Amino acid sequence: MNWLKPSWQAVLAILLCLVALALGAMSKPEAAALADPAASFDYPYFGIKTPMIGLAVLAGLISMLRISSLAEAVVLFVGAHLVAWMLISGIAGFEGTALAPYFLLLAAAWLLAWRCVAVLSGLRPMAKGVRMALRLIIPAIFGAWILIIWEAVTRGAGIPFILLPPPSAIGARIASSLPVLGADVRQTIFKAVIFGYVVGSGAGFLVAIAADRVPFLRRGLLPIGNMVSALPIIGVAPIMVMWFGFDWPSKAAVVIIMTFFPMLVNTVAGLAASGHMERDLMRTYASGYWPTLLKLRLPAAAPFIFNALKINSTLALIGAIVAEFFGTPVVGMGFRISTEVGRMNIDMVWAEIAVAALAGSVFYGVVALIERAVTFWHPSVRGG
Amino acid sequence: MDTFRDKLVPVTSILLGVVVLWYIFAVILNAPFQRDLDRRANETHGTVEFIGKTLSQPKPTLPAPHQVAVNFFENTFLRPITSNRSLVYNAWVTLSSTLLGFAFGTALGIIIAVGIVHVATLDRSLMPWIIASQTIPILAVAPMIIVVLAAIGVTGLIPKAMISTYLSFFPVTVGMVKGLRSPEIMHLDLMHTYNASASQTFWKLRVPASVPFLFTSMKVAVAASLVGAIVGELPTGAVAGIGAKLLAGAYYSQSIDIWSALVAGSVVAALLVMVVGIAGRLVDRAMGGRPA
Repeated sequence: MNWLKPSWQAVLAILLCLVALALGAMSKPEAAALADPAASFDYPYFGIKTPMIGLAVLAGLISMLRISSLAEAVVLFVGAHLVAWMLISGIAGFEGTALAPYFLLLAAAWLLAWRCVAVLSGLRPMAKGVRMALRLIIPAIFGAWILIIWEAVTRGAGIPFILLPPPSAIGARIASSLPVLGADVRQTIFKAVIFGYVVGSGAGFLVAIAADRVPFLRRGLLPIGNMVSALPIIGVAPIMVMWFGFDWPSKAAVVIIMTFFPMLVNTVAGLAASGHMERDLMRTYASGYWPTLLKLRLPAAAPFIFNALKINSTLALIGAIVAEFFGTPVVGMGFRISTEVGRMNIDMVWAEIAVAALAGSVFYGVVALIERAVTFWHPSVRGG
Repeated sequence: MDTFRDKLVPVTSILLGVVVLWYIFAVILNAPFQRDLDRRANETHGTVEFIGKTLSQPKPTLPAPHQVAVNFFENTFLRPITSNRSLVYNAWVTLSSTLLGFAFGTALGIIIAVGIVHVATLDRSLMPWIIASQTIPILAVAPMIIVVLAAIGVTGLIPKAMISTYLSFFPVTVGMVKGLRSPEIMHLDLMHTYNASASQTFWKLRVPASVPFLFTSMKVAVAASLVGAIVGELPTGAVAGIGAKLLAGAYYSQSIDIWSALVAGSVVAALLVMVVGIAGRLVDRAMGGRPA
């Protein structure tokens, strides 16, 4: 058996395929057609059912041959995704009629994809570019399969649109309502979030410098700042709406309050991060408070400051969106979410969430990129 | 206790400063409305009397600290606990879904962390998504989770607890992954020389090493799960809970009620974090940890 290296995922996938084949009909129309051969029913997977199952079995079998890991990964990748694509495109027009073999085949394809990811994460390539690509591909396959299973299950089982629309419908909704989404993003992110984020983080930073200059202030502010970070600050949203009105300034005010304390606490911690030796060295250079701050302690504090900026990027979005639940003009992401939920336009809500997720990830990613550029000397950046 | 006394004076003086500033702002912010009232009533007041009036409006722009304190005291201690205006009752409603969500979140976080530490595939494929999941402003999804679950007949505690779960699993996962990986190579090698099995290494080395990390992240998680529970009460017009109090206050411009609900939320948050901290210290001592 030297030419065979079994893996439990592939074996299980082949078994599932065989069970699916043995159970017969993939969908209710097909079962009806089988029960009554005389009548002509239109049913999904006409003629491609056996090739589809065969493809999954074949991919599983080839993957267990003693071939190179890369070839194995490619075979599994192609097999799993081709089967998934055939499954999903085949069910079109027959939503909600899927029977057990449909889900067994889906599970088999998923197991093949899992095996593919396992093989890929076992690779130890030499080239740096390839390693980088692998670091992206592995989570990408995982994410793609969440979408594939979501799509296949919602359509196969016919889950009501109101409960959970399939990703393809959400995508179509995003494409068809770009102007509305664009206006919401402009209102919530470009007005409230960015302004609040800059002012809140900036104020936190300045107060931290002041606290660093005055030890009395630091000893008093730090415990308070630590305590406030555990409080549900989001609750000030209704008060801010009362003070600053329905438009974006009230949202920006919530964002300012939410981002202030993380920045304060982290910057104060960061300013204490430089070592005694380095500070003594600066003293021997006869460097005063401000040159030491600018040339030694702020660079040393940069990882802490960027940590706060990353935390704040998420908090700012949350603050602005939740503040919109308390009252807005008729535009904005939080407004759209709460009204479309009321009108049961769940696909629009998901579209808004997808946009918010994208905006949040981009925001975070930009801060992380700036961090890599600024703190290039830090071990965590140099090592990766 | 030296550090405690070191902090006491600065903290109290800064808190006092905040209260003084609060009074000043209360006068400034409430003055325009009071002037308006006086003009309509054709009254004129001396300065002291005027300031006194700005600090005792029924629906002030910024309530004075003593108004909030009186309202908080009345609604906490003087009302029967069963009354739905009692802050104790509302805090209890929020607290119960917080605790349920926190328990789920901690369990989920620990399970995911164990999976990530032991299965290389999960580490490479799941970990990036867990981090990405937190860049999503998930609180925005809260109304939908609640409305959708209500549509299929799940109401009450569970939907709110799910939001708390989502917010609280992340810190626990990250902390536990760090904690379970914290034993050094030396210690792992020692277990190896003892011929310890994987499960023995896990229970006798990795788990004890991860306990301090667990409690640190649980402090963050419990605060996050309270925020989740409060926000979870906003969209459905929930009848009880701190979030519902906030929303009702916002609708009827009862600013004093909003502030005292905020104070109640803060007290609950502080208590929760304190309880987790004390539990952590007790567990640490029971495991034979020495004060550092």
